[in-house]
Amino acid sequence: MNGVLEETLTTIDDKRDDHRTRAGRWWYQFSKNPLSVVGLAIVIFVVCSAIFAPWIAPYPEHAGPYVNYGEANQSPSTNHLFGTDVFGRDILSRVFFAFRSALLMGIVVLAIVVPIGVTLGLIAGYFKNTWIDTVVMRITDIFLSVPPLILALAITSVLEPNLTNAMIAVSVMWWPWYTRLVYGMATSIRNEYFVQSAELLGASKFHILFREILPNCLSTILTKMTLDMGWVILIGASLSFVGLGEQPPKPSLGTMVSDGARYLPEYWWMAVFPGLAIMLIVLGFNLLGDGIGDLFSMEES
Amino acid sequence: MEELLKVEQLKKHFVTSRGIVQAVSEATFSITAGETLGLVGESGSGKSTVAYMVMGLYQPTDGNIRFKDKNIGKYHQKRPLELKKELQIVFQDPGSSLNPRRSVGKILELPLKIHRIDSQFNLRKRILDLLDMVGLPKEYETKYPSSLGGGEKQMVAIARALSTDPSLIVLDEPTSALDVSIQAKIINTLIRIQKERNLGYLFITHDLSLMRNIAHRVAIMYLGRIVEQALTKDFFETPLHPYTQMLLASIPVVSEEEEKIKPERITSVGEIPSPVNIPPGCVFHPRCPKKMDICSQEEPTMVEYKPGHFVRCYLY
Repeated sequence: MNGVLEETLTTIDDKRDDHRTRAGRWWYQFSKNPLSVVGLAIVIFVVCSAIFAPWIAPYPEHAGPYVNYGEANQSPSTNHLFGTDVFGRDILSRVFFAFRSALLMGIVVLAIVVPIGVTLGLIAGYFKNTWIDTVVMRITDIFLSVPPLILALAITSVLEPNLTNAMIAVSVMWWPWYTRLVYGMATSIRNEYFVQSAELLGASKFHILFREILPNCLSTILTKMTLDMGWVILIGASLSFVGLGEQPPKPSLGTMVSDGARYLPEYWWMAVFPGLAIMLIVLGFNLLGDGIGDLFSMEES
Repeated sequence: MEELLKVEQLKKHFVTSRGIVQAVSEATFSITAGETLGLVGESGSGKSTVAYMVMGLYQPTDGNIRFKDKNIGKYHQKRPLELKKELQIVFQDPGSSLNPRRSVGKILELPLKIHRIDSQFNLRKRILDLLDMVGLPKEYETKYPSSLGGGEKQMVAIARALSTDPSLIVLDEPTSALDVSIQAKIINTLIRIQKERNLGYLFITHDLSLMRNIAHRVAIMYLGRIVEQALTKDFFETPLHPYTQMLLASIPVVSEEEEKIKPERITSVGEIPSPVNIPPGCVFHPRCPKKMDICSQEEPTMVEYKPGHFVRCYLY
């Protein structure tokens, strides 16, 4: 009897040990929701296939200006899992390479947008009810009032259409969201006693903004970034769908869908598989983002 | 004795959409080194506003705040760093006064770095000393506020206030958010540190019975005015102002001994009026059991009834 009890207690203890490390505890919370794990798996898959595209793509050379009319318009088969396009290029290989520009778009846009948006939001929120707040937030409102895709279309059509300019266009329309988000948090955090305490101790504005207020916004920012990865990629695909993103012959998911759409419904695979790939990326980042959001809200409560 | 803080005719009015809020209309007091002044009042009496003006979180509408004979009645951003070093505050809510994303060590390190208290090499030793002073084990250096209890958080906040070696600490209801058992520990720590370092305390509270144990002098605030000020002993033995008598009568007691020293039972009437609509004359007259005709017409001034015992009432 005693032995059994002792054994149970040790197993319970062992289980606790598992969760004792921070990472272990996080994983335990995160994996409670199977959808988040699916999201994580999709994201890992997409990232890995983008990184290792030259090695895992069955026909890496098809990602460039390759033409082989002999194999054009083939339906999905064991040779070409996703079929081939009108130039005879393997669609699966092109999708793997298209992941690269899609992810690059998301990463670069967020890398531009987050520091700018967050810094402006912190400053405007901390200096609430001063002219700084008014100037920053009214400019933000102006950008928010323009329909995002229209703005991006306008910018990319004025500039030369390529991936870099698409990134610039999306960045211009995306930063105000971070400013708004952080502004809201900063205005409430600045009234907390710990901020007042730092002020009374004589801490610099830089310290208060980035060491006291920012760390308390990070979990929300990180969650939004994960969700936004999907949305930025979607906007990027929309831009390339209308021909304002990555230019052929480089593969891009939006271009592949728009090119393939011309041959619907006979050559359905040309549009459907790249379309599914876009869906997969957006879904993956959304599920992951929700999972991360839940994780942080649980951690905080 | 060295006079640390001298507050004269302090006033603070806030302009709001509902009218002018006269949060503080008349506050005059002083604190010497090693002394605790208990500033007591109901919520809405303006006691925290006084504390915030001393710290520079609000700018006074009128009146003087002098610290070591220098006028400091300005906004904290305009105060020199040396002054910030001398004046520290412990806030009411320990949950909000520590940044949840910074470890205890980091929290205590900040003031040491800002004021260049010690060289980089000695910082850690300083932090451990501070923890030791408030009776926390040194492992707490790496802990985050979320893993601390309310009392422990307040101890860290006290350690932070002590880190710059100040001469005056404003304690804004430091124990009112805590369990009674922890209150005693905090109070004892505060008293011990005060003796060790000859600190001046401005202790803001609504808890009169606490003042008997910690304060050397007590000042009672009502609707933005100090209505009575006296040495703690005089204050509890011969309370003068009817409001003070009402407050003391309302403290629950357990022993007959305590019952005896309580003033005759005065039942409290009504509630503290809004500081937007201050009653004419003596601000306490609508609730006063001993009011006279003059009370509703003209505001009484502060009189020294006995050396060191001030009261604002027509009865004296």
